[in-house]
Amino acid sequence: MPDDAPREDEHKVDAEAPVVADPVAAALLEHFEGAVFHESHGQPVVYLDRAQWAEAAMFLRDEQQFTMLLDVTAVDHLLDIERLHVEGVAPERFEIVANFISHPRNRRIRLIAEVPAADPEVASLAPLYDSADAAEREVYDMFGITFPGHPDLTRILMPDDWIGHPLRKDDSPARVPVTFKEDPGPR
Amino acid sequence: MSKHSLDPLERQTDEGAQELRPQHELVVTGGPWPELEGESQTMIINMGPQHPSTHGVLRLMMELDGETVVRAKPVVGYLHTGMEKTGEELTYVQGATNVTRMDYAAPLSNELVWAMAVERLLDVEVPPRAVWARMMLQELGRIGSHLLFQATNGMDIGAVSMLLYGWREREELLRLLEMITGLRMNHNFIRPGGIAADLPDGWQEETLRVCNIVEAGIAEYDSLLTENPIWLERMVGVGTITTEQALSLGVTGPILRSTGFAWDLRTAQPYLAYDEVDFEVIYTENGDCFDRYRIRLYEIAESIKIVRQCVEKMPRGDYRLQDKKVTPPPRPRINESMEALIHHFKLFTEGFKVPAGETYVTVESPRGEIGCYLVSDGTGKPSRLHIRGPSFYNLAAMAPMMEDRLVADAVAVISSVDPIMGEVDR
Repeated sequence: MPDDAPREDEHKVDAEAPVVADPVAAALLEHFEGAVFHESHGQPVVYLDRAQWAEAAMFLRDEQQFTMLLDVTAVDHLLDIERLHVEGVAPERFEIVANFISHPRNRRIRLIAEVPAADPEVASLAPLYDSADAAEREVYDMFGITFPGHPDLTRILMPDDWIGHPLRKDDSPARVPVTFKEDPGPR
Repeated sequence: MSKHSLDPLERQTDEGAQELRPQHELVVTGGPWPELEGESQTMIINMGPQHPSTHGVLRLMMELDGETVVRAKPVVGYLHTGMEKTGEELTYVQGATNVTRMDYAAPLSNELVWAMAVERLLDVEVPPRAVWARMMLQELGRIGSHLLFQATNGMDIGAVSMLLYGWREREELLRLLEMITGLRMNHNFIRPGGIAADLPDGWQEETLRVCNIVEAGIAEYDSLLTENPIWLERMVGVGTITTEQALSLGVTGPILRSTGFAWDLRTAQPYLAYDEVDFEVIYTENGDCFDRYRIRLYEIAESIKIVRQCVEKMPRGDYRLQDKKVTPPPRPRINESMEALIHHFKLFTEGFKVPAGETYVTVESPRGEIGCYLVSDGTGKPSRLHIRGPSFYNLAAMAPMMEDRLVADAVAVISSVDPIMGEVDR
């Protein structure tokens, strides 16, 4: 058996890839070039190129029985003092995070894609999962990341005429002056 | 008179009012009214955000054809207070006070998911007594939340006396929670590292007493409502949703279970000590408002079962982790030990540092899967705190439930989804 192993490895891009215990993550790594597996406190996480984002979600839904997209959110790493380093992932300012669950297999997986600040855009998952509709509107509202393919990408929590994206780290909470009733103007 | 008088009467004049009056007499004549030609006309009306049946500040845009809802769209954000942004400004010790205000009907679930996320990043385990106390509090919180649902759902459907009955039992429960945690709501009791204080003297008797009261209460609701013909007329077959729709929309909790899909994180992916207690997952087949009412009613009985087992099996020992970097030292130690004083001071001024990393932790709250996505950058405050509120996703299920039904059914649907807007808007 050990004799077979080196020949198998020759076909892989990275011969020293760590053993992926999670079968779903292993399947994703096989199908998507450049995908990186990371075990985050016992949970399987796969880092992907954002060009593969929607394709990976479709793969999870159609071939891996991932029945529900639980959540889509984003992270702004602009001011991070220290950042989780994952081998093989080029860090960018934004990260988009999607949590999936498969009820028949009783498994979870998390997909993460790096999104550069210069071009904050990721393909929408709303055509695949209805739950992405509201979640991506929230990410757009809070981080200004746009989702081509989303049916109605408008603000959801903030007023429609709001300027800025509140959860970006450079959007200071003190930017909007507090006004009190009967005051002649903002303090 | 001052220039900027605030008295509106002082600013009123009759000037210009004459021109606004109609020049000819207005008369209303009786029919026959002209028939609408061609396709029926629809109109769009807003229900809320101040409608009493919308449970807070939910606004629904509904396109109506006569009294039939053609389309419905929930509009949210009226209660948005930037709690996720606030969470980035608070230390890990203070964070529980923030998250507990999100789902204000079941604050203990929020606290638990927050505490478990921080513990996951710290890689610490809490002692068994804390685990069991947390589990008991979870179930007490679930009973409280479902009693709130029974009360408000009854009122929305027209059984107004249900509001009083539901509140009567919930009051007893809140008094019990006050005895255990010190507060009726927003307890800040489940904290990273365990619970804030040990269970008080006499908690067993009081808990069992409240369990008996609630048990008698739900038997009363059951006889009052479950076979009431008016109740059935308003609820059965109203607001149906299929399992496929629910899964695609990310709907969890009692709504998903009402479609015949027996998914409960407490049994499917057990956390705390749910694999050591005996209880049933309640599910039904029809996916209508009546089933959602029944599930929540019978879940109270299952929660009481779990609470009784917790009272019986509550382990002895520490109620929080004895790690000076995470939990404060016992109060008497501060009087005699310099180190204890320093640890106490450091913990409550700058908090503790959490190694850089990210995690997503989930718990079955009374409304479904509540998740906490937490990113740490190695400092004393989280870099990103995101709460996956189950109500945020459950709200989307309102549209398919309401479509092609009457406006009056829309009220039953809103009520049966049981949304908490604090959690939706965060």
